[in-house]
Amino acid sequence: MNPPDLITILISGGIGLVAIGAVGMAVSRHLLRLVLALAIAEAGANLLLVLAGYRWDAVAPILTGATVTRPMVDPVPQALVLTAIVIGVGVQALAVALLIRVKEAYGTLDIRELKTRVEQEICGAAGIAPPESANKPGGGQPYPVPVTTSRESA
Amino acid sequence: MHKLASLLFAIGLAALLIGLAAQLPLGMTPMVVGQAILEQAPGETGSANIVTSVVLAYRGIDTLGELAILFAAATVAGLVLAPSIHAESRLRAKPRHDAGLVLRAGSDLLFPLLLSVGFYIVLHGHLTPGGGFQGGVVLAAAFFVSFLARPARQPSHVGIVLIEALAGASFIGIGLAALLGGGAFLQPVLDKGTLGQLVSAGSLPLLYLAVGLKVGAELSGLLAHLAE
Repeated sequence: MNPPDLITILISGGIGLVAIGAVGMAVSRHLLRLVLALAIAEAGANLLLVLAGYRWDAVAPILTGATVTRPMVDPVPQALVLTAIVIGVGVQALAVALLIRVKEAYGTLDIRELKTRVEQEICGAAGIAPPESANKPGGGQPYPVPVTTSRESA
Repeated sequence: MHKLASLLFAIGLAALLIGLAAQLPLGMTPMVVGQAILEQAPGETGSANIVTSVVLAYRGIDTLGELAILFAAATVAGLVLAPSIHAESRLRAKPRHDAGLVLRAGSDLLFPLLLSVGFYIVLHGHLTPGGGFQGGVVLAAAFFVSFLARPARQPSHVGIVLIEALAGASFIGIGLAALLGGGAFLQPVLDKGTLGQLVSAGSLPLLYLAVGLKVGAELSGLLAHLAE
């Protein structure tokens, strides 16, 4: 097999994983799916990082004898990816912990539902009416007369 | 509309990455730092696994920062998931039963195996692929399997915190010992031994043992918090 073909496949796989993760993060409405999409994009980024130090004619950077017999791949990106994976685990655990609290507080993980619930809560705490949707059609109907002003005029 | 926009965004991102990747000399990476490390690492650290020498010797302070990030994540997750008064009463109202026979027998069988595999991976980190982070995750899995089988018998939080604190302190202590010995912080100390032996590479296996215990304790504490 031609070695450059293999690395083309691997690179396109890494880029594809990043793109799938980006689409997932943009499209998904469920918070847990958002975290999973983040994990997929992270896996793709890690794959690309490891591939940055890859040499098709080299072996893993571990000595089996006293002397170096074959060329070895670059060990620096591998050490960097080790760091990246560990930090990714920490971030995901923290995200899942926050999701558990959100689910306990609101009973849902749907982003749109959460948004309306949070807006209602904020408006309720501030003592104002919930804002009208920006996407709602204006229509030709007149605004209803506010209750307080009608009482004052009467 | 929203989905179309995100699709366009992803296509653009992929095109950007493909454009970048097409310019790289793929498979024939020019190594400057890497080549120097490959030539000097076996003599300087005595570790057969060169990734280990990079992680613990050349980038030791970076690994300390990584441990700090993991510690911060575990602490904040514990803080977020700290049982409130309501959760406490609900927990008391519903006693937790043990899992079925299959899971209990399986966990009894798996626990010693996972422990020995975890310590093997940790202690051979300077010789074979693996090391403190990977072995630490296996150690955490051992404790989590037994926790899944018997939810009522929880691992003691005090013990977990104690192991974690001692491991983190010994990591910094080894670094300070190198500093006191006249070298730089976290410079490899002790005798390098012969390459490829279990007792070799000076202080690197000790550092990886500290990392493994710390990661294992942090992750098992985190999983226990999440399971509650």
